[in-house]
Amino acid sequence: MAILLNHVSYVYQAGTEMSVTALNDINLKIPDGQFIGLIGHTGSGKSTLVQHLNGLLKPSSGALYYDGEEYFSQGFDLKKLRSKVGLVFQYPEHQLFEADVFSDVCFGPTNLGLDKKEVELRAYAALKQVGIEDEYFYQSPFELSGGQKRRVAIAGVLAMQPDVLVLDEPTAGLDPKGRDEILDQIKKLQKESGITVILVSHSMEDVAKYVERIIVMNKGGILFDDIPQRVFREYEKLEEIGLAAPQITYIMNKINKDLYPVSTEVKTIEEAKEEILRAMRLQND
Amino acid sequence: MIRDITLGQYYQTESCIHRLDPRVKLLGTILFIISLFSIRNFSGYLVAAIFLAIVIKLSHVPFRFMVKGMKAILFLLLITVVFNLFLTPGETLVSFWKFRITQEGLRTAIFMALRLTFLIIGSSVMTLTTTPNHLTDGMEKLLKPLQRVHVPVHEISMMMSIALRFIPILLEETDKIMKAQIARGADFESGNLIKKAKSLVPLLVPLFISAFRRANDLAMAMEARCYRGGEFRTKMKPLAYRKQDVAAYIFVILYLILTIWVGRILQVL
Repeated sequence: MAILLNHVSYVYQAGTEMSVTALNDINLKIPDGQFIGLIGHTGSGKSTLVQHLNGLLKPSSGALYYDGEEYFSQGFDLKKLRSKVGLVFQYPEHQLFEADVFSDVCFGPTNLGLDKKEVELRAYAALKQVGIEDEYFYQSPFELSGGQKRRVAIAGVLAMQPDVLVLDEPTAGLDPKGRDEILDQIKKLQKESGITVILVSHSMEDVAKYVERIIVMNKGGILFDDIPQRVFREYEKLEEIGLAAPQITYIMNKINKDLYPVSTEVKTIEEAKEEILRAMRLQND
Repeated sequence: MIRDITLGQYYQTESCIHRLDPRVKLLGTILFIISLFSIRNFSGYLVAAIFLAIVIKLSHVPFRFMVKGMKAILFLLLITVVFNLFLTPGETLVSFWKFRITQEGLRTAIFMALRLTFLIIGSSVMTLTTTPNHLTDGMEKLLKPLQRVHVPVHEISMMMSIALRFIPILLEETDKIMKAQIARGADFESGNLIKKAKSLVPLLVPLFISAFRRANDLAMAMEARCYRGGEFRTKMKPLAYRKQDVAAYIFVILYLILTIWVGRILQVL
């Protein structure tokens, strides 16, 4: 079970003077159970790419495969694909429409044609997974706070129980607390259920702590595709395309250059602390 | 998909028609339409066709963009022609079964077809060469005298430009919400009429909410900049007639005189 992209290109408004190449010859393999960060500057093509993953856009050339089955081939079940590859758009709270939270989350699984009991069980589980308490279930989704609304919207996709969950900038516009809560919950979910998660973001800082693989996009192509430590090593190149490595990478590089020899391949502040203490101890010995 | 719909289809290019004062284009179009309805013979339409051809040539807008507007009224055009053709009383020209085509019927049908075609092409020349904002500016200035009788001219034109400005934004929003709901398994295509109408709820509710949210934000932003309607408001680029605008007015008036004159002397046709 994996998604494969084979020479995928996509051109907006093809054939007119205003045509824009959004994706240029993308080759990717997305295996099961990975937590992937998809990073790129605004307009680098990351949103276009994720819309290909669940068949909302059809590539201008090239092909995608889910489980070995080619997208848009004869007899290919798009609806089934969309239940397997769940896509949470940017500002997903803007798609809420039902009278209460619970019915809104039921929308996705109901569309899958499941019976009522199964739908409600899934909706309940999904709302619990994103940390929404029972007392909110029958409130209007429009009365919730921004962070809660967003979690309800994410639950709306989770309730379809996808094997691959794609989140397009799930933390945009949230405060640091709301951001950490959502990302922690997603990480927990990924660990527990073993699904693949693709986290789209333009901030390395946000994803560094959570992901095991980073795909960096630039101008419709893939620039890096590696484990975070190796991607951060290229921080100078990242800056050239308007991105940055996490601040901790810069600090460690500076320490390494001016003070003690430390490993620059740390992702979080905690790891950095350990690494600096280790280097200091060595120095003192 | 939904982005292909174009409203207020401005065609960006450099031409003397584009540079004209919007008031000239508005009044010119109105005069042209009036002339179309007062013309009573074919030579008059020939003059109108030549006038239109000159303007189109000057506007540097490809002709196919003009014809695009015709598609929308093709059905209307067909009905008008058919009704006029068969239902006008007069001298019979051809008759078959229960239908008969009269000489007068044929004449009015052709006239109607010409009128409608010229009307659509003429007004699309205006919309293709003028940005919506320019157009509302021109309208505001033209309607200014109505302020004396307490018509809120400025407010009306402000509402119009805001509405026009928001069309592409709302289209984009519709596209986004539609995709988001399709990703949740929504189906906007299949089913009968009632099912289709029901399937629009997940699209329309978020769309309305976002429209209200945007309206609220915009009102707030306008108030934060001390907007308080048209009174004492000055413009950064006030509309002023230049030489070319006067020339354009003269050109339109010459055209009007020519159609009237042609109509008089060639009454026989």
